[in-house]
Amino acid sequence: MWIYEKKLQYPVRVSKCDPMMAKLLMEQYGGADGELAAALRYLNQRYTIPDKVIGLLTDIGTEEFAHLEMIATMIYKLTKDATPDQLKAAGLGPHFAAHDSALFYTNANGVPWTASYIQAKGDPIADLYEDIAAEEKARATYQWLIDLTDDVDLQDSLKFLREREVVHSLRFREAVEILKEKQSEKRFY
Amino acid sequence: MSDQVRYFEVFAGPFDPCPPIGFKSFQVPPNQFITFQPPNLPQFQPYEALKLGTLWQPLYSPYGSQ
Amino acid sequence: MSIQLDEAYYSLLHELQAIDFVLVELQLYLDTHPNDAAALQQFNQFVELRKRVVHHYETTYEPLLQFGRSNMPVSSWQWIEAPWPWQV
Repeated sequence: MWIYEKKLQYPVRVSKCDPMMAKLLMEQYGGADGELAAALRYLNQRYTIPDKVIGLLTDIGTEEFAHLEMIATMIYKLTKDATPDQLKAAGLGPHFAAHDSALFYTNANGVPWTASYIQAKGDPIADLYEDIAAEEKARATYQWLIDLTDDVDLQDSLKFLREREVVHSLRFREAVEILKEKQSEKRFY
Repeated sequence: MSDQVRYFEVFAGPFDPCPPIGFKSFQVPPNQFITFQPPNLPQFQPYEALKLGTLWQPLYSPYGSQ
Repeated sequence: MSIQLDEAYYSLLHELQAIDFVLVELQLYLDTHPNDAAALQQFNQFVELRKRVVHHYETTYEPLLQFGRSNMPVSSWQWIEAPWPWQV
């Protein structure tokens, strides 16, 4: 069951009115290595992964929705006051034609999100390595987004999100170690 | 903190159209050196932990505009 | 009755975000280190600390959780009012 908490995990400040950045940020909204992919990947894998690591997948998956909300906040702040001309100049003309300033699950190129971005092989080791790879790819994407803006406040939120990927990656590696352990002798009650 | 950065040289050929970029860098974050987080790692205070994105100092991976 | 987005509001929100972040980090850590008693103790300390800050926030402003999970009597239905987190 999911309950929504009416606050962001981390404060999002955008100081520069730069709708072009909104287009680029969509890579982490509806892109292959973005937060939606992360949340759905982990929350879906958790149904069939060994019990010992279901908690971790549930909790990281939940946190990814909070990150998705942060990206949405950035895009919202950058586009909510933009005129059609400003959006067109920022490369968001095609987006505006379909959506006005509404957000949508696409990548930075406007390619719609697809479940093909995620995987659930049912093999716990394969699934966890998929997750580790996803976190590293997300970390790299945040690096490129940080490189693409000189807005120090926006960079601050992106650096937070990048560090979260580093920590998540470590937790998934720990999950692999947990699953590698051989079972101690079975106890019968 | 620069111990998380590695550099490699980008090949420069005799017929390249653009000026050579020289070196590029990539990150090797702390999770590459820690398989299983040990207990009692030094922590940041809550406000700093929030800002940096982790509670534990050895897990912090700085990144800035190059 | 909307929330006044003044310094007091942002300051309290920031305090809550900092406490909640420690709890998120400890939650994930305990998911893979369930037997770390020191971490569990720190988790419980922050849960207690959080209660006070949340009570202050919810009585001053509005409930943080939907579906009755905020566990406080509601005198008026503020949940549906702006601002929402992405507007703040």
